[in-house]
Amino acid sequence: MLDVKGLSVTLGGQQIVHPLDFTIRAGDWMMLIGPNGAGKSTLLNALAQGLSYKGSVNFDGQDVRRMKARERARRLALLSQRHGVGYAFTAEEVIRLGRYAQTGFLRGESGEDERRVQEAARLCGLENILHQSVLTLSGGELQRVFLAQVFAQDPRLLLLDEPANHLDLPFQHQIFELIEAWLRTPGRAVISVVHDLSLARRYGRTALLMDRGRVAAQGEAGTVLGREALRVVYGMDVHAWMQELLRGWEDK
Amino acid sequence: MSLKSRREGFSLRDYLLFSLATLATALLCACAGSVPVAPGEALRAMASALFGTAQAGDPTQTIIMGLRLPRVLASGLVGASLSLCGAAMQGLLRNPLADGSTLGVASGASLGAVMAIAFGITIPGLPQLGVMGMAMLAAFASLALILALAWRMDASLATNTIILVGVIFSMFANAVISLAVAFSGPRLRTVTFWTMGSLSSSGYQDALTLLVALAACGAVLLLSGRELNAFAVGEDNARSVGVNVRGVKLRVMVAVSVLIGVCVSIGGTIGFVGLVTPHMARLIVGPNHRRLLPAVVFSGAIFLMLTDLAARTILSPVELPLGVVTSLIGAVLFVVIFMRTRRVR
Repeated sequence: MLDVKGLSVTLGGQQIVHPLDFTIRAGDWMMLIGPNGAGKSTLLNALAQGLSYKGSVNFDGQDVRRMKARERARRLALLSQRHGVGYAFTAEEVIRLGRYAQTGFLRGESGEDERRVQEAARLCGLENILHQSVLTLSGGELQRVFLAQVFAQDPRLLLLDEPANHLDLPFQHQIFELIEAWLRTPGRAVISVVHDLSLARRYGRTALLMDRGRVAAQGEAGTVLGREALRVVYGMDVHAWMQELLRGWEDK
Repeated sequence: MSLKSRREGFSLRDYLLFSLATLATALLCACAGSVPVAPGEALRAMASALFGTAQAGDPTQTIIMGLRLPRVLASGLVGASLSLCGAAMQGLLRNPLADGSTLGVASGASLGAVMAIAFGITIPGLPQLGVMGMAMLAAFASLALILALAWRMDASLATNTIILVGVIFSMFANAVISLAVAFSGPRLRTVTFWTMGSLSSSGYQDALTLLVALAACGAVLLLSGRELNAFAVGEDNARSVGVNVRGVKLRVMVAVSVLIGVCVSIGGTIGFVGLVTPHMARLIVGPNHRRLLPAVVFSGAIFLMLTDLAARTILSPVELPLGVVTSLIGAVLFVVIFMRTRRVR
């Protein structure tokens, strides 16, 4: 589905991402992991065409860089972690923006678009706050509004930047379950930046471990999240630490 | 369902209501003044001018058609244009404080106009177009420069950074204007015209120019409502949902620059109009640009016609420059909005 070759990003004269390759197949959920400053978000933004990069990103053999904006949006969407909405739009209006790629210069939303908006809102449990201003929503609700927006957009590849960052546990769980359910429809794939390695292990099918802009390991999630690779990149025995944390939860 | 999706836009009923209010305001402004004219009389004078049955020397005719109507038309059109520009930039930059005057675009346009006059830049046969063209070019160049500078300082384009750069640029442009005036002497009209606008001397020619510019650029902006919504939610989000971010930015910037350039070359800098009306219109129709932009065109016209009426009647027979009155109102509102945006954060 997605074929990345020799992709590198330089920002302000500094190389943030060194040339890397990977392939995403339909049904994949690839976890981008690594410590702070590894270049994960930069890589994701480059894939979403928000940053200029060297190398090639092909979607089903087509160069993403050359696609028209609407064409691209029907294939891939980015859910970023910062939502600084400045005005009192309603949740519904924000979700409806997801249908932009289906509209034209003079062609507005159709009944089908409206159906998709309502369906996405229902899926994310937002029916009751659809007409509320997004400025009054909690972080968890706002994140679900933007998740509903990408669901309404109906892309084939979802790029997620820390989808559950700063969210309470129930929301975190809910969002990952929603994404996993979304992925069950054939022909779809997900790439997500995740800090929580337990979540990466639980939901990731493949993983790309980054270290200071370079690939430290890539492949099956179980292998990439192996003891040695993580020890080298994170500078600590992650496995031992995770197990120690877990022991705190054992019923006494 | 299809009814629901249409709800986001401005309905025919809304258009009728707002046009009615605008026409009523225009009539009020034509009637009120140092010599009050009854609405019926005013309408009669307009009708007889339209059908060519006007009698020379009729005082009502002279007051309405010769003095007040061109000024009312010009103030309405300038108000609509500046407000539309303000609303568009506030959406594009996700910044409720953006306006031709706070961003320094208006000062830039004034500088362009002053330079055209000082150096005698004209297009043969169309003397006014040289000034206007320079004002437009300078407006676009200032907007591009201000955004580039602000972006270099703070890539997230925070509210305060853009405004700070805009204000500093404004001061710089005004200083250069004063300098140009000092050196070129009688060739330029007084410097206050370019720093504090007025529409007291505008005629039908000006109104027509404004109407053409507003029709052309207004169409571009009104058709970008959906894109501006996306920008108002966030530029990254706009890109993700499929907005051609660069194309739309350029389109909006060009339309805004042309409109501000025309307004400034006709009326000088009439500050804060694009700040006040979008803010008030948002309270009535909400932040969605598909409703906000049309609403702002009408309410901007109403606002500036009324402000101009106040400017010429409050201290009658002394007439206040229009830009002074709008700045008095606008500066207070600026503080209010600024405080509110800080509280949100």
